[in-house]
Amino acid sequence: MNLRALGLAALGAAAIATAVPVSAADTQYIPGLMYRSGPYAPNGVPFANGFQDYYKMINATGGINGVMIEYEECDTAYNNDRGVECYERLKRPEAAAIAPLSTGITYALIERATADKIPLLSMGYGRTAGSDGTVFPYVFTLPATYWSGADIIVNYIAEKEGGYEALNGKKIALVYHDSAYGKEPIGTLEALSKKHGFDLSLFPVAHPGLEQKATWLQIGRQVRPDWTMMWGWGVMNSTAIKEAAAVGYPMDRFVGIWWSGSEQDVTPAGAQANNYKSLNFHGTGVDYPAIQEVLTKVHDAGNGTGPREEVGTVLYNRGIMNAAIIVEAIRTAQEMHGKKPLMGEQVRDGFEALNIDNARLEAMGLAGFMEPIQITCADHEGTGRAFVQQWNGTEWKPVSDWVEPNRAGLLRPMIEEAAAQYAAEKGITPRDCS
Amino acid sequence: MLYREAGQFKTSYAKDQAIFPIRQDRILMAILIAIAVLGVPALASEYFLETIFVPFLIFALAAIGLNILTGYCGQLSLGTGGFMACGAFFAYKLATAFPELHLVIIFLLSGLGTALVGAAFGLPSLRIKGFYLAVATLAAQFFLVWMFNKFDWWTNYSASGVISAPPREVVPGFFLTGNDASAVTKYLFLVCFVALMALIAKNLVRGRFGRSWMAIRDMDIAAEIIGIRPLWAKLSAFAVSSFYIGVAGALWAFVYTGSVEALAFQIDRSFQVLFMVIIGGLGSILGSFLGAAFIVLLPILLNNGMLAIDPTISTALVSHIEFMIFGALIVLFLIVEPHGLARLWQIGKEKLRLWPFPH
Amino acid sequence: MNASAIRNIGGWAIGVPLVIALLGFAFQGLASFNSSFFFAWPYFIEVLIAGLLQGVMYSLVALGFVLIFKASGIFNFAQGSMVLFAALTMVGFIEMGLHWTIAFAITAVVMALVAVGIERLVLRPLVNQPHIILFMSTIGIFYFLDGFGQTLWGSDIKVLDIGIPKTPMFVGKGMFEGGLLINSFDLVAAFVGAALVIALAVFFHYTRIGRALRAVADDHQAAMSIGIPLKTIWVVVWTAAGVVALVAGIMWGSKAGVQFSLALIALKALPVLILGGFTSIPGAIVGGLIIGSSEQLAEVFLGPLFGGAIQDWFAYMLALVFLLFRPQGLFGEKIIERI
Repeated sequence: MNLRALGLAALGAAAIATAVPVSAADTQYIPGLMYRSGPYAPNGVPFANGFQDYYKMINATGGINGVMIEYEECDTAYNNDRGVECYERLKRPEAAAIAPLSTGITYALIERATADKIPLLSMGYGRTAGSDGTVFPYVFTLPATYWSGADIIVNYIAEKEGGYEALNGKKIALVYHDSAYGKEPIGTLEALSKKHGFDLSLFPVAHPGLEQKATWLQIGRQVRPDWTMMWGWGVMNSTAIKEAAAVGYPMDRFVGIWWSGSEQDVTPAGAQANNYKSLNFHGTGVDYPAIQEVLTKVHDAGNGTGPREEVGTVLYNRGIMNAAIIVEAIRTAQEMHGKKPLMGEQVRDGFEALNIDNARLEAMGLAGFMEPIQITCADHEGTGRAFVQQWNGTEWKPVSDWVEPNRAGLLRPMIEEAAAQYAAEKGITPRDCS
Repeated sequence: MLYREAGQFKTSYAKDQAIFPIRQDRILMAILIAIAVLGVPALASEYFLETIFVPFLIFALAAIGLNILTGYCGQLSLGTGGFMACGAFFAYKLATAFPELHLVIIFLLSGLGTALVGAAFGLPSLRIKGFYLAVATLAAQFFLVWMFNKFDWWTNYSASGVISAPPREVVPGFFLTGNDASAVTKYLFLVCFVALMALIAKNLVRGRFGRSWMAIRDMDIAAEIIGIRPLWAKLSAFAVSSFYIGVAGALWAFVYTGSVEALAFQIDRSFQVLFMVIIGGLGSILGSFLGAAFIVLLPILLNNGMLAIDPTISTALVSHIEFMIFGALIVLFLIVEPHGLARLWQIGKEKLRLWPFPH
Repeated sequence: MNASAIRNIGGWAIGVPLVIALLGFAFQGLASFNSSFFFAWPYFIEVLIAGLLQGVMYSLVALGFVLIFKASGIFNFAQGSMVLFAALTMVGFIEMGLHWTIAFAITAVVMALVAVGIERLVLRPLVNQPHIILFMSTIGIFYFLDGFGQTLWGSDIKVLDIGIPKTPMFVGKGMFEGGLLINSFDLVAAFVGAALVIALAVFFHYTRIGRALRAVADDHQAAMSIGIPLKTIWVVVWTAAGVVALVAGIMWGSKAGVQFSLALIALKALPVLILGGFTSIPGAIVGGLIIGSSEQLAEVFLGPLFGGAIQDWFAYMLALVFLLFRPQGLFGEKIIERI
């Protein structure tokens, strides 16, 4: 190859790269940091499809008060520095919200998003301390955080065992992804184990989680815990379920966090996964008017992002929920700042005034799909409630009511302490929310 | 015509030993520095500065480090990610334990710490060679990442194992880390810092150390016979290389991402830097820069390029095709020029000397 | 069989149980000092067996590396993505409604085509380049195959079930309380691994191509000078490595589901390789057994002392320690250096 051709090719490539698309000013811009490649793609894809389909449905039904949504996606491959690159590529002052879909990327973006005045919505993941709105004005963790999740599982176990006194002396194990994500609940669980007197044993699993034989030999044959919890993601989940079955661990005493309870996690394990439990904070299936509308207005029109069969699966519906919350925040913000495309800073006000009550859920076509959410200036989490669902071989069935985490008595002080520590480290003066 | 050195005479030893003995090279370098310091910050958007130039400069530094070890001393290493993690976590501990220390001192100290670690993991190189050594350095990679991930002392007992850089000024009024750091400050600091480090590296490899490294690389037994001590040559290469890589790791955590967990320095990072060194050219400081530019830019170019050509293309397909083209281009480059981009640049210069009258 | 071979085998037969017993007693001793440290002989044996079976799974991947390194001196980093690509292709054909045996055959043909392509497009132009360049080119192949496989077949997680039993088995209930747990799936995998090694050994020793392969492995130039076609041999070797990758892909894929992470299991094969030696097929097997069993034992018995998840680096550290004593691996050819 001669040098001239190479040089020309390089010039051409550079010209392409600099051609940044220009957006029209009459649409509301929403970026999405998704992942459709890499080791966690099987779980990332349905979420990304649900996220995108909901916006398509909103656009097909007239937009948010007439304002159309302009959605742009970037593939992070669940990789922190690609996440940062994606964020920098997609960020604009008029971005309504950023949903990084990765605890690691959320950590990397908290400062950037705050500086750029773009709300960062980490829905059921991310930095738990971020739910303290006085220190993190741009971070939102609704509807629940990992600390709430840990407390909910313990509460559920207590209920099954017959009260908190029964927890005394019980053995509970935590199998977790050895990363920022998996480590989040440990502090809470340690505090709970001190409070209730159960033995907590920790089993880290290295990325990506294909190797769990030793872990499960310890759990199934040595420690023999009464209950096992899991903070896993991607292939780690299905491998854990298989290895648990291989040592004969009872599946109905194995409870995963909401990221460890999707169809992608249980189907590779086949019948072995029956009776496995996990948390969830939204409904599954297609029996909701909004999801029906996604089917009729998006999929039937041939616009579906993914295959039609995945509509109604756990992760797809979670993508829908994430998108629905962002749309609601924009709608709330429009009431304050006018029915026009808004800046990220203005949408933030919408997030902080977010109040999705039952009437609102009804109007959204998502009645019964999720819990009502109310966000305040200081509390960016909401109720933090979730329920337990169980895999019966063909679908996830709820097996408990909404379980309440002990936020007021236990978690909120811990969150405030962690946030205060962050504020001290970063030299932030917490704002006054009263 | 433009690039003809006829008439430039070297009249002193100092001139003969200059890094850029040809006047045109010096002019080119001066223009390049002027563009880098004045032109780029004025013209480039924040996106370009933050996500292309900053990681490019940091990776270039890491690539110089690995090039010293692999390109100059011939010791194949896959532990780069682990050593970068060392630099990052050492810097974090230093920065939080001694808040009054200046950032540059912190970076240099964490580099020194990494140099010690690197020398320790270099000890097996006295006995193990070639691919066996490469796989052995993986032990360092996995062990170091595990250690930083496992012991919360390194992260000041943060619940999630993520460290985030405390806000610091590089010169009064200009924050290099934290919320108030501007892309231009980061970029200008890195340009100066990396250029200085590259200059030091260039002089190092031209001197006694570099010559003993190259002797070891070309044939270690022969080098030993002519009186080079393999112990010192190999360990010094490991130490100097780890110093550069450690500083790069500290810069990565502090200046680029701002917050980082140990998993950011996984094995992929090691491969990434190794690509840069090989694509850029083994045994060339210039090659480290070219390789870093190539590897940082290529995926972004491919990704943006495909989206620019067809905005409706699915993100998944873009990623997969990006993988394919990336792999194919690596193979293509190796076939076209196995000695890397630096060699292409040299050939270009040779051609330029005759241009436009080739005969 | 000569005397030294008998002595060798005798040494292994005595040495291995001795080392295992010593390890067991060491752990037992530790347990008696430290109350948080758990030890029981049946449990120890259980972990050991699980580790050995896991080791066979590593060997399956390592075998592919050895084949190519032996014949061409190339450290083929793409082996992991060949595993993924083969498994994806096979699942793809099964999903089209083919029986898995037919799908297996077609996939083997596809892997042969991949081998031809690699030889034509990558190896031939790079002939006589230094090893590190060839190594880099295989990393290029790694990326290409990763992207190509996922472009063709998508990145969803896929189920590969060819009817291998997965229920836990308990043996020797009379001897130990509760019996010993053995995973039947791993047992099948071990048999498959053993069958593969025997097949390869027969292929290498008793066929014409096999003999040519060994000649090439010994000395490229000498082999070429007596008329062995190097290019054909390379295609054959890469095809063989492709089939080994396919078998490894089936075993790993039906264990963990077929998805992107399969490409990463190559990293688990590397310590096996350096421990066993890059050039030895028995080395890959023995290395796999040693790495598999010791990393499981370390994770189970020593892991809790350090907070767990130590098995990744432990395997490499162990291999490193072995290398310090034998720089060419356990079974590798002795490295002779000349000036």
